Amino acid sequence: MKTPTFPRGVHPHDAKDATMDKPIVILPPPEKVVIPLHQHFGTPAEPLVKKGEEVLLGQKIGQGKTLFSANVHASVSGKVLAVEDYNHPGGYPVTAVSIANDGQDRLSPDLKPAADPFSLSADEIRDRVREAGVVGLGGAAFPTAVKLAPPKDKPIDTLIINGCECEPMLTADYRLMVENPLDVLRGAELVRIASGAIKVIVAVEDNKLRAAEMMRRHLDGIHADIVLLKTKYPQGAEKNLISALLRREVPRGGLPFDVGVLVQNVGTAKAIWEAVSLGKPLVERVITVAGSGIGEPKNLLVRIGTLFQDAVNFCGGLAEDINLVVMGGPMMGLAQWSLDTPIIKGTSGILAWRTAFPAAEYPCIRCGRCVDHCPMGLLPTLLAKFVQREMWPEAEKWGVLDCVECGCCQYACPSRIPLVHWMRLGKNKIAQAKRKKTA
Amino acid sequence: MTSPRPYLVQSSPHLREKDTTPRIMYRVILSLAPACLAALYFFRLRALVLIVVCVAACLATEALFFLARRKPLSALLDGSAIITGMLLALTLPPTFPASLAAIGAVVSIAIGKQAFGGLGHNIFNPALVGRAFLSAAFPVAMTSWIPPVSLRVDVATFATPLANLKFQDAIGQGTLTSLHNLFWGNIGGCVGETSALALLVGGAYLLLRRTIDWRIPMGMTLSLSVFTGVFWFVDPTRQASPLFHLLAGGFLLGSLFMATDMVTSPVTPKATWVYALGAGLIIGIIRLFSGYPEGVMYGILFMNTFVPLLNHYIRPRILGERRKG
Repeated sequence: MKTPTFPRGVHPHDAKDATMDKPIVILPPPEKVVIPLHQHFGTPAEPLVKKGEEVLLGQKIGQGKTLFSANVHASVSGKVLAVEDYNHPGGYPVTAVSIANDGQDRLSPDLKPAADPFSLSADEIRDRVREAGVVGLGGAAFPTAVKLAPPKDKPIDTLIINGCECEPMLTADYRLMVENPLDVLRGAELVRIASGAIKVIVAVEDNKLRAAEMMRRHLDGIHADIVLLKTKYPQGAEKNLISALLRREVPRGGLPFDVGVLVQNVGTAKAIWEAVSLGKPLVERVITVAGSGIGEPKNLLVRIGTLFQDAVNFCGGLAEDINLVVMGGPMMGLAQWSLDTPIIKGTSGILAWRTAFPAAEYPCIRCGRCVDHCPMGLLPTLLAKFVQREMWPEAEKWGVLDCVECGCCQYACPSRIPLVHWMRLGKNKIAQAKRKKTA
Repeated sequence: MTSPRPYLVQSSPHLREKDTTPRIMYRVILSLAPACLAALYFFRLRALVLIVVCVAACLATEALFFLARRKPLSALLDGSAIITGMLLALTLPPTFPASLAAIGAVVSIAIGKQAFGGLGHNIFNPALVGRAFLSAAFPVAMTSWIPPVSLRVDVATFATPLANLKFQDAIGQGTLTSLHNLFWGNIGGCVGETSALALLVGGAYLLLRRTIDWRIPMGMTLSLSVFTGVFWFVDPTRQASPLFHLLAGGFLLGSLFMATDMVTSPVTPKATWVYALGAGLIIGIIRLFSGYPEGVMYGILFMNTFVPLLNHYIRPRILGERRKG
């Protein structure tokens, strides 16, 4: 059978060799962590602690008050230094709880293991996931409990565990699959129970054969298909992944549950397993620190709230001449202006390298490469022109809101036009106008 | 503890493919080298003068517009004006006066390109706009032919293979140009269109480097072959074979280097098919039924006009968009 994939997309060099074969190492918890109360899609959590208070490892320090929010927990034990605005990888300051680590990792008594996780009901699993503040670890940081509770009229039949990790340079998910396949699969089984899915598919790109092999070897009574997909970017993008595996298309503006599918990242699956079986909140995650500007690239298990600087120092520091630091992958990651920024739940990697200064744009010559590569079937060149001319109704009609900002168009553009920037601007302006209308 | 070094805060993606617009342009220029060499071989100094004059006049006109618009002259280096000049020169008869060729080059850039806003904004292929102007303004000079230096024939009655076919009953007289000569270029015609071999070498390079869309030469070849093939099948005593039509005249130069101009061809694959099939068909209709022996220029210009419409109505289906019907 032909390896499944989606139409169009791009083939950047995967550049994973630097860290692919490096086991995950634990970054010693730093002296200070800074834990933002907004690390997820939705409304920020509200602080539960004050300056000067003692907190325990795993203690809830931020409460998600609405459905689209998530709890936040202390990732070390120690004294609260401040609850105030701090740098955030998103580029704007966010209220954050700074904690001086006492180095003792005194555990919060709230953490309650479950005797037999697989006998829990769907509601019990969801509650534990919600309590533990689990969000999607692939990057978008969507609150997981919300995804586990699809609307009643849209039953889930298929669960996809996303191990594609199609972003170049990142290897955190790969290492997780190689080193902890059982936890990932157990987490997947819990998600299956909670969502009522019948079928479980673990999707892995075919440049990660060892991960697929390790997952297959540890199936051990858990029913899941391990499926290899073509190595192509953005293979791990939800809508493209669903179309590649199931030939189902999520309707425009819709969500995967509209076609009976739930997608969870492998890291999220492991976090769900730990949350449900151990009662452990999301206080640590695996990240890749790599790029030609990093002394010794590594895969790290880090406490949430660790500053980029601490993680980078542990990996041999930055080269003198680097001019680009990115949180996430090179295709969709966020450029950072400072290393004095905390690692959050959605941080899949810290990358640093020297890049060419953005050169002047050339005029669009309508070569159509953006169209040839857009995985969503859009005409990026045309949409960018609509946005430049502030033709919002046209931009919306021609699908600017369908753009997932994967960056394929801009990657392929020979005229170096910042197409994704124009898409984002268009999406924001249209969303703003809509909010105004409803307000 | 703030970071001492300034980092670039740019919008993702942070990776790019190496190819750039000037690189594309210079690949096209390189791909025209075989055709230029063939032109120099068959028409010697005349070809050289036309190419140099056209390129120089195109660059000079473009420079004037940049100055008037206060744009940096460095944009001349993007290579697009050089391509226009080369293509215009290659579509002129070898005896065409250099002074008139320069006028054509000015029209190409001024009216064909800069009047629309410069690179990327023009509707018509600029070189063909210049050529169309010259055909209308200087019809005699544009249809006076000489044999290549390698062919020893009577200059006074010399005609191109297509004119020979159309006006002199070449098939009945048994004087139809051989495919062998069409292939090597040992024939009369515009300076750069005679050698099929040289054009195919350049075109193959562009196709292999994925610089031009293969659908365009493929679609044009298909429709011209089918159209002329039907008539040839019905009456081979008066109609030439599809292979003759593909190799004769400006078809290869047009389908490989002019219809494939990115700016003036559609951006979506399906629209590109319509564009290419349409261009080939119109070339066939003009060659067989009009008063002109050749129709490549009008075939391409005609389809150029439809590109905005094609881009508008034939677009890919957005993922998750309902299929119509």
